[in-house]
Amino acid sequence: MSDPTEISSTRGAWGPSFWIKFVATGLVLAVVVPLLNRGISPNSFAAVPDYLVPLLGKYVCYAILALSLDLIWGYAGILSLGQGAFFALGGYCMGMYLMRQIGTRGVYQNPILPDFMVFLQYKELPWFWYGFDHFAWALLMIVLVPGALAFIFGWLAFRSRVSGVYLSIITQAMTYALLLAFFRNDMGFGGNNGLTDYKDIVGWDVHSPATRLGLYIVSVVGLGAAYLICRYVTRSKLGRVLLALRDAESRVRFLGYSTTNAKLLVFTLSAVLAGIAGALYVPQVGIINPSEFSPGNSIEIAIWVSVGGRGTLVGAAIGAVLVNLGKTWLTGAFPDTWLFVLGALFVVSTLVFPRGIVGLIHQFRWLRPRGEPTPAEDKPIAAEEQA
Amino acid sequence: MSDTPGSLGDARPAREVLLYLNGVTVSFDGFKALNDLSLVVEDGELRTIIGPNGAGKTTMMDVVTGKTRPDSGQVYFRGSEDLTKLDEAAIANLGIGRKFQRPTVFENLTVFDNLDLALAGTRSTWRTLFARSDVVRHEKIETTLSRIGLTAQSGSLAGALSHGQKQWLEIGMLLIHDRQLLLLDEPVAGLTDRETEETAVLILDLARDRTIVVVEHDMAFVRSLGARVTVLHEGSVLAEGSIDYVQNHPRVIEVYLGR
Repeated sequence: MSDPTEISSTRGAWGPSFWIKFVATGLVLAVVVPLLNRGISPNSFAAVPDYLVPLLGKYVCYAILALSLDLIWGYAGILSLGQGAFFALGGYCMGMYLMRQIGTRGVYQNPILPDFMVFLQYKELPWFWYGFDHFAWALLMIVLVPGALAFIFGWLAFRSRVSGVYLSIITQAMTYALLLAFFRNDMGFGGNNGLTDYKDIVGWDVHSPATRLGLYIVSVVGLGAAYLICRYVTRSKLGRVLLALRDAESRVRFLGYSTTNAKLLVFTLSAVLAGIAGALYVPQVGIINPSEFSPGNSIEIAIWVSVGGRGTLVGAAIGAVLVNLGKTWLTGAFPDTWLFVLGALFVVSTLVFPRGIVGLIHQFRWLRPRGEPTPAEDKPIAAEEQA
Repeated sequence: MSDTPGSLGDARPAREVLLYLNGVTVSFDGFKALNDLSLVVEDGELRTIIGPNGAGKTTMMDVVTGKTRPDSGQVYFRGSEDLTKLDEAAIANLGIGRKFQRPTVFENLTVFDNLDLALAGTRSTWRTLFARSDVVRHEKIETTLSRIGLTAQSGSLAGALSHGQKQWLEIGMLLIHDRQLLLLDEPVAGLTDRETEETAVLILDLARDRTIVVVEHDMAFVRSLGARVTVLHEGSVLAEGSIDYVQNHPRVIEVYLGR
């Protein structure tokens, strides 16, 4: 009891048991999976075939995206239904870099202009494409563009005390507005078709199995880093301020904390994480187009988090992977049923297991690690800002 | 207005003016919740404010704490801080604490963390991200926990406390918050007689080293505090003085009994 932090809710957050689980999960994802892909005979029953690697990479990106939503929804009570927009913006930044790498290998063999620009009779590169031939610039933009949009949007919304359902609706409107904008050919982002036909990334062929495995590993590292960041934030004193403001925002203000700044900080951080997820996603799926901005996508992210367990971080990642595994299988086997299943999943998870899969697991006490806080109390969004 | 906060201080040379409201008007859709309200609270004073429902008591607190902006009028703290220009967080950091009518604790945080958030210290968003607990803070929290009798509940979620325990936790948060001016909105609403008596003792104890403004309905409780009483009616001050003075004031009797 000599350590003052012992008694507060940070107890056990960074203890050895956490690191053992974290490293073990990391090893399975980042070492065992690649070994099963490259280290053993492709005919072995345990082998991970090449075509599965980008699919797994895609799930990992979705897991990062789900984490980013859980950070603001599960902890600060901000249900952003525009999280897909930040993901897509990060993806577009990466896509622009990949387009500039094509060079003369495009159909029109223009060394500067991507194919769609030649086709749409652009004379020169639009100013906002400058710099995207440099990987470092692209990386910077992947962080800055979603971050800046979230900062400005959040500043306007939180300063005017927009919250609850209203915030969800305007974030939804934001992603829809971006969808419409990016559909336009004269926006300079390839319109309807988006950006595709990539050749290589930092000199590596994006289609080769080795590059794809590399991208998968980078995504896993990204997931680990995103998880540690989210865990740090939620276990910090700021995390407790967030939990407090989720339940009684005006009370937090009267204690002297700026809830606007606290929300703005996590909202921006969350958008940056979503943008990074999008940037990792694009080279693995080979295309980015405006459909990524579709409002339905953003709602789906909320369903992943809700199914996995809101306010648990781990649950969000698990939910993203499981729901998408289901989606991959169902859209192949019974394509017409997917939307019904998704809707049913949301209803059932809300009614039957409101604390998600992680909450279900926590009900079995013998599985619950000591000192872990219980998953967040689930309450209707509308009831959150009544004070 | 030729009145400045300073000139009123001269009129009452005994103590410094801590809170100064002059000609404050707030209207909601034409209804004047506060109507040209003027009120002075001195440093170190314990003041009770009474009045029938709709007299503007809670609105007055909202104005002082920055929740509501007045349509007109002046609100000054310590003579120079213009509260009408600041938001809730800034006003709280000037040294004004508030207890709500309904006990509000952070249900998803532990009792310990509730007190930790209330304890004076950095309020900067960026610094709270990297804040570390220390022994001094820890001891202050432990002291408060034992004072409010919740030491055993330190690690449990505040949401799991009983109604009475939540009241005490909130009072503990006010204690540890350590503000120069405390605004208490109906602190004994829903309490038993015994709890009411205990709360009166606690408030008198708190009042020894800070200024307290109590809004209350309960006349017995107001009497037990024995403080200067301000009667609000329809958004402005009807009478002010000792409890005996206001209870015998013909207009007060008319307002309280005449309808």
